[in-house]
Amino acid sequence: MAHGGWAGMIGGVLAWLTDPANWTGQGGIWAQTLAHLRYSFTALALAAAIAIPLGLYVGHTGRGRIVAVNVVGAFRAIPSLGVLFIAVLILLPRLRGEGAFEWPSLIVLILLAVPPILAGVYAGIDQVDPGARDAASGMGMTGWQVLARVELPCALPLVFSGLRSAMLQIVATATIAAVVGLGGLGRFLIDGQASRRYDEMAGGALLVAALALTVDFVFGLVQRTVVSPGLTGRSRQGTARRRGTSDPRSVDVEPEPAIRPT
Amino acid sequence: MRVLGVELSQVLALTLDHIYLAGLPLLLGLLISLPLGWLALRRRWLYPPVIAGTGLLYTIPSLALFILLPGFLGTQILDPVNVVVAMTVYTVALLTRTVADGLGSVPEQVRQSATAMGFGSVRRLVSVELPLAVPVISAGLRVAAVSNVSIVSVAALIGVSQLGSLFTDGFNRNAMGPIVVGVLACVVLSILFDVVILVGTKVLTPWRTAGGRA
Repeated sequence: MAHGGWAGMIGGVLAWLTDPANWTGQGGIWAQTLAHLRYSFTALALAAAIAIPLGLYVGHTGRGRIVAVNVVGAFRAIPSLGVLFIAVLILLPRLRGEGAFEWPSLIVLILLAVPPILAGVYAGIDQVDPGARDAASGMGMTGWQVLARVELPCALPLVFSGLRSAMLQIVATATIAAVVGLGGLGRFLIDGQASRRYDEMAGGALLVAALALTVDFVFGLVQRTVVSPGLTGRSRQGTARRRGTSDPRSVDVEPEPAIRPT
Repeated sequence: MRVLGVELSQVLALTLDHIYLAGLPLLLGLLISLPLGWLALRRRWLYPPVIAGTGLLYTIPSLALFILLPGFLGTQILDPVNVVVAMTVYTVALLTRTVADGLGSVPEQVRQSATAMGFGSVRRLVSVELPLAVPVISAGLRVAAVSNVSIVSVAALIGVSQLGSLFTDGFNRNAMGPIVVGVLACVVLSILFDVVILVGTKVLTPWRTAGGRA
């Protein structure tokens, strides 16, 4: 470490973080934060476009359930750094044009985000009270209506935890992807290390942690507004008590954590 | 002997490093989350802050945590201790909730029976509640084991040697062989961890596999 002791180190990181010159310009903190968010949301949107329909299909029909469970489980064991390097070695020589160096990383981000979203969606649909489903078809709803108006709204808490898991995975892996040339906040970690500047590395690491926490917090807020209060026990009439789940722990049901930070 | 251009003895040495870096935190994390999970369950008001707090820790990307820890611990950035501590943090983050929920899943009648038989709260916890919570805790431990094996490989980026070193080594030499060997070794290792935990669970819960009903 360049500085001796705590004080020197903290001072160095603070100096780096508060230097206006580090925030502006092409490779500045603002630009890299925006780049990080752009990669992350692009990857999440594309992964959701693949995983949500697939999860709805598996959850609604019950078909391919075993395949889905096993694929999701197996994916957890694969180290994302290895997959990232493999993707770059295979794809980079075959891609050309602007942004070619971004595609291998983006593809890996999407690949890693699909399993947690898929798991959240099908687990969410799967745990819907069969009584609610039967009541819906008894009221004359078609399969599509049951899916859109009963199953999906009831599945939302788990869908959200899948999306949040996926997003954390993406934000973390996008950080690592700086090592294969992707932009974003990971640049400060990787470039700081290359030039042996701990201030920049640690400052970048703090920013990455802050970004991950903020993004997850915002998703939590969206979840609160989107999910029906009847499901979360937050409704004023004491829905939780009527459903026989007065235990505060059973209120925000989350699936087994489908992912890890990387 | 060489496989895909990698010396097997080297793979073995890196695997041992990997087992240490991913396995030790599993044990440490379990030791920490058992009392923490128990506290969160017994003191109701502690549950939300403990679970939310451990959840926040889990949110921090690993590369960032590896880099930030030397600042908190006063260690060198290349020190493997940083990785052990980071992985322990993730394990605790995953397991605390599992332990609380596992202990909470013990039926109330069972707890009352134990009390009626004269078990004090400590003895009841150790010889009744904890054994019954083993299946739930072991499920959490399996998730933590698999994710630890995968995350540890990221530490190659800060120069801590383990199977992830095969990734950086292969990438720097533009060679696919070492990367593929590393990925396979990681997958095999996580299967190995999984089997060990499953066998351990079976040994600790003999009543679940007993042939006849007593």
